[in-house]
Amino acid sequence: MVHHDSFPWLTIIGLIPLGGALLIALVPAGRDLAVKRIALLVSLVTLGWTGVMTAQYDTAKAGYQFAQSTDWIKQFGVRYAVGTDGIGLVMILLVTVLVPVVVLASWHDSHGAPGRERPSSVRTFFVLVLSLETIMIGVFSSTDVFLFYVFFEAMLIPMYFLIGMFGGQHRSYASIKFLLYSFAGGMLMLAALIGLYIQSVHQFGTGTFNLFALEQLHLSSGLQDWLFLGFFVAFAIKAPLWPLHTWLPDAGAEAPIGGSVMLVCVLDKVGTFGFLRYCIPLFPDASKTFAPYVVALGVVGVLYGALVAMYQRDWKRLVSYTSVAHFGFIAMGIFAFTSQGGTGAVLYMVNHGLSTGALFLVVGFLVARKGHADIPSFGGLAKRAPLLSGLFLLAGLSSLALPGLNTFVSEFLVLVGSFTRYRVAAIVATTGIILAALYVLIAYQRTMHGPLKAGLEQVKDLDLREIAVIAPMLSLIVLLGVYPKPIIDIIKPSVAATYQQAHRTDPPPLATTAANDRTTNQDGAGQ
Amino acid sequence: MTYAPAHGAFAASWLLLALPLAGAAISLLGGRYVERFGHYLATLLSVLAFVLGFVLFLTMRTRAPGDRQIHQFLWDWISVGHFHVESALLLDPLSMVFVLLITGVGSLILIYSLGYMAHDPKRRRFFGYMDLFIAAMLLLVLADSYLGLYVGWEGVGLASYLLIGFWQYKPSAATAAKKAFIANRVGDVGLSLAIMLMFTAVDRVDYAGVFSRIHGASHADITAIGLLLLLGACGKSAQVPLQAWLSDAMEGPTPVSALIHAATMVTAGVYLIARSAPIFNLAPDARLLVTIVGAVTLMYGAICGCAYDDIKKVLAYSTVSQIGYMFLAVGLGPAGYAIAILHLVAHGFFKATMFLGAGSVMHGMNDQVDMRRFGGLRSVMPVTFWTFMMGYLAIIGFPFWSGFWTKDKIIEASFDKGGVSGYVLGLTALLGAGVTAFYMTRLMIMTFFGERRWTEDVHPHESPSVMTVPMIILAIGSVIGGYFLIFGGNVQHWLTPVLGRSAEEGVHTVSKPVLTAITLLVVAGGIFGSYLAQGRQRIPWYPPQAGAIVTAARANLYGDAFNESVFMRPGQYLTRVLVWFDNRGVDGAVNGLAALIGGTSGRLRRAQNGFVRSYALSMSVGALLLAGALLLVRAG
Repeated sequence: MVHHDSFPWLTIIGLIPLGGALLIALVPAGRDLAVKRIALLVSLVTLGWTGVMTAQYDTAKAGYQFAQSTDWIKQFGVRYAVGTDGIGLVMILLVTVLVPVVVLASWHDSHGAPGRERPSSVRTFFVLVLSLETIMIGVFSSTDVFLFYVFFEAMLIPMYFLIGMFGGQHRSYASIKFLLYSFAGGMLMLAALIGLYIQSVHQFGTGTFNLFALEQLHLSSGLQDWLFLGFFVAFAIKAPLWPLHTWLPDAGAEAPIGGSVMLVCVLDKVGTFGFLRYCIPLFPDASKTFAPYVVALGVVGVLYGALVAMYQRDWKRLVSYTSVAHFGFIAMGIFAFTSQGGTGAVLYMVNHGLSTGALFLVVGFLVARKGHADIPSFGGLAKRAPLLSGLFLLAGLSSLALPGLNTFVSEFLVLVGSFTRYRVAAIVATTGIILAALYVLIAYQRTMHGPLKAGLEQVKDLDLREIAVIAPMLSLIVLLGVYPKPIIDIIKPSVAATYQQAHRTDPPPLATTAANDRTTNQDGAGQ
Repeated sequence: MTYAPAHGAFAASWLLLALPLAGAAISLLGGRYVERFGHYLATLLSVLAFVLGFVLFLTMRTRAPGDRQIHQFLWDWISVGHFHVESALLLDPLSMVFVLLITGVGSLILIYSLGYMAHDPKRRRFFGYMDLFIAAMLLLVLADSYLGLYVGWEGVGLASYLLIGFWQYKPSAATAAKKAFIANRVGDVGLSLAIMLMFTAVDRVDYAGVFSRIHGASHADITAIGLLLLLGACGKSAQVPLQAWLSDAMEGPTPVSALIHAATMVTAGVYLIARSAPIFNLAPDARLLVTIVGAVTLMYGAICGCAYDDIKKVLAYSTVSQIGYMFLAVGLGPAGYAIAILHLVAHGFFKATMFLGAGSVMHGMNDQVDMRRFGGLRSVMPVTFWTFMMGYLAIIGFPFWSGFWTKDKIIEASFDKGGVSGYVLGLTALLGAGVTAFYMTRLMIMTFFGERRWTEDVHPHESPSVMTVPMIILAIGSVIGGYFLIFGGNVQHWLTPVLGRSAEEGVHTVSKPVLTAITLLVVAGGIFGSYLAQGRQRIPWYPPQAGAIVTAARANLYGDAFNESVFMRPGQYLTRVLVWFDNRGVDGAVNGLAALIGGTSGRLRRAQNGFVRSYALSMSVGALLLAGALLLVRAG
C-alpha cells in the first residue's frame, strides 16, 4: 500500500517555499520589488517541482507514493512520515498552482488595506503566504496523525495574521472569529487523537500515530462514534459545513484578496480532505452510521448557502456563501460512498479552488479599482471595462457549473453518485443549480449591466498583470471542463481504495437488462 | 443498435463543430486585432460548416438506410466506475436534418446581420456570440449521449443569454437575458435528473446504451424519465409553464430572434423528445402529458399573439404557439415524431423569414416595433413585404405553402389518435389554426396595409441587398419547402432509421379531404375575422379599452404575474428570513457560546492583540495536555 521513495519529493517541495520565506526575511526593508520577485520565483519553482513529481506519480498503483518516514519524537511514537495518494496529490497541485497566482494578484494589495494608518510590510505579507504554502503541503502529505495535527493547527497562524494585519475594516473581529472556531475544532480533534493513541497503546502494546497502523485498530462502535465526531466536527468547521459556517463569510470578506483565495480555496479543503483521509479509514463503521446525516447537512448547505448568497450586497461575502453551498456538494459526494460521488467530490475540491479562486480574483479587480466590492455601488461596468466584465462572467459561469466548464463535471458526478444511493437528497440538491444561476446572474447584472453608475467613469479595464493573473485560472477552468481525464485518473483509484476500507461499493443498476449486463461485462467501461 | 464508424468524408464530422467554434474563439478573443474582419470570418466559417454539412448529407444519401448512423469518437470525457461518457458525435438522419437547418438558416442570418449590425460598435462580439451559438447548437444535435447533449443544451442557453443581453446597458435587456437563463435552468433540473435516473436505472447515459436497455427498467422509472425530459424540453422550448421568458427575449437584436428564438434553439425541446423516442414509446402517460402541454401552449401562444402590438412579441408568441404544435405532434408517439420534425423544419424557414422581415421593417422605421405606428409599408418596402407574405402564407397554412402540409398533418394525426383525447387535441389544433390566421392577418394588415400611421421622424426605405437576399432565399424555402418535406414521404422516410416507422396510412377519424376542407374554412374564418377587426376600420395610435379577455391576453394571460407572486416574492422573502437567521440564529448562538466561555463578546472584539497571546497560551496548554496524557498512558 505504501510505496517508499528514495528521493524526498514531498519534503523538498514543502521546504522550497519555507526557504523562500526565510530568504525574503533577509531582504533589507524597502526593497519591495525584490521581495515580490523572489516570492513569485519561489512559488513558480515549487509549482515546477510539483509538476515533475506529478509526472512520476503512478496512477496504476493505489495507495501512498513518495513515502518517507523517520523518527521524530521517539518516546511517543511520533514520526515524521509523509506520502501521498491521488487525493493528496491533487490537493498539493492545487496549492502550488494557486500560490503563484496569489502572489501575482497581491502585487499591490500587500501594501495593506486602504485607510490603514501605516502601510503594512510587504515582506511580512509574502513571508506569511510562503510559509502558509509550506504548511499546506505538509497538511496534505502527512501520514502521521500527530504530524498532521501540528500542521493543522499551525496553518491558523499565518492565516490569522494575513487577515488581522492586511484585512479590511472589521479584520480583527473576523480574524478572532476564525481563530476561535478553528481552535474549538482543533481541541476536539486533539481529544479524539489522544483517544486513538491510548487505544493503540492498549492494542499494539506500543503507542503510535502512524495512520496506517491506526487504521488497523479494532474500536468498539460506541468509541468509534465519539472519536469520529471529534475528527468530524473539526473538519466540518474547517470545510465549513452548515451550520458551522458563520466564520467563513466574515473571514472571507475581511481578508485581503490573496488571503481569501488561500483561505477559501485551499485551507477549507483540509476539512473535506480530512473526511476522506482520516474519518473514513479510521472510523469506517461510524462513517457509515453518520453518512445519511452528513449527506443531509450537505443538502441543507447547498440550498442555504445559495439562498443566503443571493441576498448579499458585498461580492466577497457572496462568494464566501457560495462556497458554503459548494462544500455542501462536496460533503454530500464524499458520504454518498459511491465511486462517482467520491471522485466527483475530490474533483470538486480542485475545481472549487479554481472557480472560486477565479471569482475572488476578479472581485479583487473591483476592489483594486474602487477600494470595496459593494455590489449596489457598481453598475454598468460592462461598457467601461468589457474585458473585466467578460472574464468576470466566465468565472461566474464556472461557479454556477455551466456544462463545458470544470465545475460541471464534478457537480454532476457528485449528483449522479448521490442519486444512486440517496435519491431524495440528490433531487433536492439538484434544485441548487437554479439558485446558483440566480446568485451569480443577479449580482453580475447589478455590477456590470445597465447604465454606468456615477463615480465609475474613470474605471480602467484590466492591465497586463491582471490578465496574467486570471488567464491561467480561466484556461484551467475551460481545459478541465473539456478534458478532466488526467485529474480523474489520479483521483479515482485512491477514492476507490478509501471506500474499500469502509466496505462500500456502488449500488447495482435497477433495470434487469443493465444488471445482467454488468455481471457479464465486468470492465464496465462501456463500448 | 450499431453505428457505422466515421470513415471517408465522415472523418471530417468534427469540423462541423470546430469551424463555428473557431469563428467564435477568434472573434471573441482576438480583440481589436480582428475588429476589421472578424464578422466576415465568423460568417465565412459558418457557411463552410454548411457546405461541409451538405457534402456529408449527400454522402449519407448514398448509403443504405440501415447504415446511416455514423459515430465518431473524439476523446474520453468522464469515466468513473460505470459512469462512462465519451466525447463523441453521432451523425444520423435526424441530426443531419438539424445540421442542415442550423448551418443553412444560421449562415443566411449571419449574412443578413452583416447589413443589420453594420453600424453596431460591438459588431465583432455579436458575430462571435452567433458562432458560439451555432457551435453549441450543433453539439446539442450531434452528441451521442445525454450528457453531451446537455453541454450543447446549456451552451445554446449561454449564447442566448449573451445575445438577449447584447445591449445590456438597457436594464430591460439585461433582465430579459437573466430571466431566460433562469427559466432554462428550471428546465435543466429536469434534464439533469432525467440523466441521473437513467444512469441509476440502466447504468448508461449514451443513446445506444440507454435505448437498448430501457425496456428493462420499471414502468415508473421510464415514466419519470419521460416527465423529467419533458420538463427540460419545456424550459428550452418555452412551453407552458416555462413559457414566460421567450417574449422578453425579443430584447435581443432581431437576427438573434430569428435564429435562436424562432428557427433553432427553441425547437431543441422537440428534438430532445424525438431523440428519446425509444423512451417515450414505452411511456404513454408521459406522452399524453407532452400532447397536453403542446395543446395548452399552442392556444396560449395564439391567444397572446392576438393581443400584442409589438411586432416582435407577436412573432414570439406565434413561435410559442407553433412549438406547441410540434409538442402536440411529438407527443403522439410514432405517429407524430416525424411530423413534428417536418413542422419544425418548415417553421424554421417561415419564421426566420418573418423575423428577418420584421428586422427589415425596424431597420427602416428607426427600430420601432409598435405596429400601431406602422401601416402602408407595402409600397415602400416591396421586397420585405413580398418575402413576409410568403412566410405569412406558410404559417397560416395557405394551400401548397409549407405550413399547409405540415400543420394539416398535425391536426390529422391528432384526430387519428382516437378516443376523447384525440378529439380534444384535434379540435384544439384546428381552433389554433384559426386563431393563428387571425393574429397573423392582423399583423400583416397593421404593418403593410392601410393608412400610414408613422411617426414624423421616420423615412422608411427598403433594406440593402445583403439583407434582402437572405430574406428572399428563406422565403423561397417557405414556399417550396413543403414539397421537399412531404412528397414521397421524403423526410419521414429519411428519418425512419432513427424514429421508427410512422403509423401506416390507415383508418382516419375524419377523412383527409374533409379535414383539409374544414381546416381551410377555419383559417379563412380567422382571416375574415381579422379583416373585420383591423382591415375595415382605422387603427388607433394607442390600444383601445378592452374587455377582460383582451386585457388578460395583453398581460400574457398573467403568466408573469403568476411567476412573480408564486416564486419571486416568496423567494425573496425566504432569502431575507434566512439572512436574518444566519446573522442572529446560527452566528448568535456561536457568539453567545463564545461569550459564555471567554467572557463577554464585546471584550472578545476589543481584545485583538491580547488574543494572539492567549491563543499561543492555549496551544501550549493543549500541548501540555497531550504530553500529560501520553505520559499517563505510558505509565499505565
